[in-house]
Amino acid sequence: MRTTHHQKVSRHGITNAAITTLAIATLAIQCHAADVSSEPVKIGSKTFTESVILGEIAAAMIESTGTRAIHRAEFGGTQILFQALKTDEIDLYPEYTGTITHEIFAGQNLKSLDDIDAALAKQNIKMTRPLGFNNTYALGMTRQRSSELGINTISDLKNHPDLRFGFSNEFLDRDDGWPALKKSYNLPQLNVAGLEHALAYRALQSGALDVMDLYTTDAEIAYYDLHALTDDRDHFPEYYAVYLYRTDLETRDSQAVTAISRLATTIDNPTMTALNARAKLDRVPEAIVANDFLNQTLDIEANRAVESRTAQIWRNTKEHLFLVSTSTFAAILVAIPIGVIASKRRKLGQALLAIVGILQTIPSLALLVLLMPILAAIGLRSVGDTPAIIALFVYSLLPIVRNTHAGLVGIPAPLRESADALGLSPMATLFQIELPLAARSILAGVKIAAVVNVGFATLGALIAAGGYGQPILTGIRLNDHTLILQGAIPAAMLAILTQTTFDILERFIVPAAPHK
Amino acid sequence: MTNRNTLIQLKAVSKTYGNLCALKSTTLDIPTGKTTVLIGQSGCGKSTLLRLIIRLITPTTGSITFEGNPLTEQNITTIRHRIGYVIQDGGLFPHLTARDNVTILARHLKHTKSDINRRLDELRELTPLPAHCLDRHPTQLSGGQRQRVALMRALFLDPDLLLLDEPLGALDPIIRSELQTDLRDIFLRLSKTVCMVTHDLSEAAYFADKIVLLQDGKIVQQGIFNDLLDRPADPFVTRFVNAQRGAISPSGATL
Repeated sequence: MRTTHHQKVSRHGITNAAITTLAIATLAIQCHAADVSSEPVKIGSKTFTESVILGEIAAAMIESTGTRAIHRAEFGGTQILFQALKTDEIDLYPEYTGTITHEIFAGQNLKSLDDIDAALAKQNIKMTRPLGFNNTYALGMTRQRSSELGINTISDLKNHPDLRFGFSNEFLDRDDGWPALKKSYNLPQLNVAGLEHALAYRALQSGALDVMDLYTTDAEIAYYDLHALTDDRDHFPEYYAVYLYRTDLETRDSQAVTAISRLATTIDNPTMTALNARAKLDRVPEAIVANDFLNQTLDIEANRAVESRTAQIWRNTKEHLFLVSTSTFAAILVAIPIGVIASKRRKLGQALLAIVGILQTIPSLALLVLLMPILAAIGLRSVGDTPAIIALFVYSLLPIVRNTHAGLVGIPAPLRESADALGLSPMATLFQIELPLAARSILAGVKIAAVVNVGFATLGALIAAGGYGQPILTGIRLNDHTLILQGAIPAAMLAILTQTTFDILERFIVPAAPHK
Repeated sequence: MTNRNTLIQLKAVSKTYGNLCALKSTTLDIPTGKTTVLIGQSGCGKSTLLRLIIRLITPTTGSITFEGNPLTEQNITTIRHRIGYVIQDGGLFPHLTARDNVTILARHLKHTKSDINRRLDELRELTPLPAHCLDRHPTQLSGGQRQRVALMRALFLDPDLLLLDEPLGALDPIIRSELQTDLRDIFLRLSKTVCMVTHDLSEAAYFADKIVLLQDGKIVQQGIFNDLLDRPADPFVTRFVNAQRGAISPSGATL
């Protein structure tokens, strides 16, 4: 009889693959679990440098009281952090009063700090007094360009309708951002683009943009010699920095709350700008910036450790492996049975294949965001590992289901009939004949899912799941190519390693027949 | 009519696929302990008939009985354990060794290891197959060896009926004639009920106690081989016989 190479499959194939995957997953879970042993204070921060510095300062203050603090730097945007605070994923994070009034409680028209306190109290959240500086929005131009055109105030922009504006995406959307600004100043400009804040500075410098949004404590304002235009109609609200923390932190660790409350009124605008400049322009690690600040201003012996590059890579590797292995393993457990059912029932099979196919087409970011409220509603963690793993799991289904289905349907009819004619039970036929014959195809599906997952898991960093995406995001924020490569190179290597591992695995599961 | 001499009986059995009629209403007895050969051109319905008997396909009309009991979805697994089935390319599972292919059903039915090994030795001597072949995968065996392994698998539970669908069709002439001799010896020694499909008249003549000629999904003539030569029921029978005889006429020895 004719046999293709594809069909030489060991009957232990499936089991081997499953055991190996299980082993990897267990290892990853163990590595991961080691990170959270005691009951430390968990701090989050936003994805820009100032927030990371404030997170480090809070961590250092809390550690000076003897409590362990974990700072999950660059955890996410406002919505993700506030959600995480509510769901106990973190205990505290730095926020701005303007963001609280105009974004978190948009439309509630909160005026004073007391109003904010009252609104937060309903969510079991408290707020420290302002740290001192007001990091509000401003519009900025290069000094050369503004003096050339004689522009000093935002009102002056009205006479120059052809100017090119470039704003951060958040500024374009928020209710005190561009739409409101345009209205209150009656600005005529139509050439308005959305782009990453860090990139806008370079676009302004190169002359590709005329006007951008600034944060008033940005270190780059001095560095690039920018002119922050006067907000002559007092459009922008005040953005005083505060820490938001869970009310239950007061009972759990009152010392921690006392420690961060001491930071009120200790950081004025020039100080914050200087701290930002040290971290961003001088590339001093945020932990050192925080240590030095506390040492000099509050005379506190702060010892936030800077994670070594090796430690960072190792941590990111563990996080990444955890995301990829758990999601792939879960997908194997679910997708193979779906593939089997799809191959046995033709109508149902087509429906199942269509469903997993549709899931695959949901854009990855949309899926992550869509998952958040669903997970919160069913009481699961809406940020971090859980949504990332679920998203990766969803994307892994299609290749495994499709390849399982194709592998089973592709078994030559004479073999299928020989199994039937023997009078084996359907289960015996499935496990002893069909699955081994389809093993090569199934394994190829698992391989595709795993390799794609390695790349896709880098997006997990957007929702605080860690992994190799984290240094990539930080690298973009700091314009630090080394950091970007610190995430990108291991991610690429892991993808190649995964591919190679499966190729080797395939050789054991699908052994080439020895020569006669 | 059912009696002790008939193992399988088909009564007015037909099989259609949509508009395509693979087998017209057919009535046929497979006598116990005899070799029945179904012969005819490609697409005449002979394989369909065999596949109906082991219920790989179900009849559109009519009924099939095994020892007088109608085949049903419920009893077919038990009945299949009493039928050995060999197809043209052996139908061996490529991921299993010859040994595992041969013993798969016995292992599934939880026969003891010693019983299995004893039966394996018996069959290896009967077919015969060199011992070292047992640990090879089907791809590492010759075509003839594969068919011997397939026969061992079919005979493993000592079935009451052997169904062979062109078992020698894919073999080259020398191997084929070797295996023909061995097969006939085996059938005679075991006095099994055999139903075999072939398109080769000389092979049919060599094996058949009863020969059944089919054309376009219906039986044209059945009886002993000489009936086809001496008392053709239809001009097609003569045409079929002459065409095959012509192909081997230089020696003419087998006819």
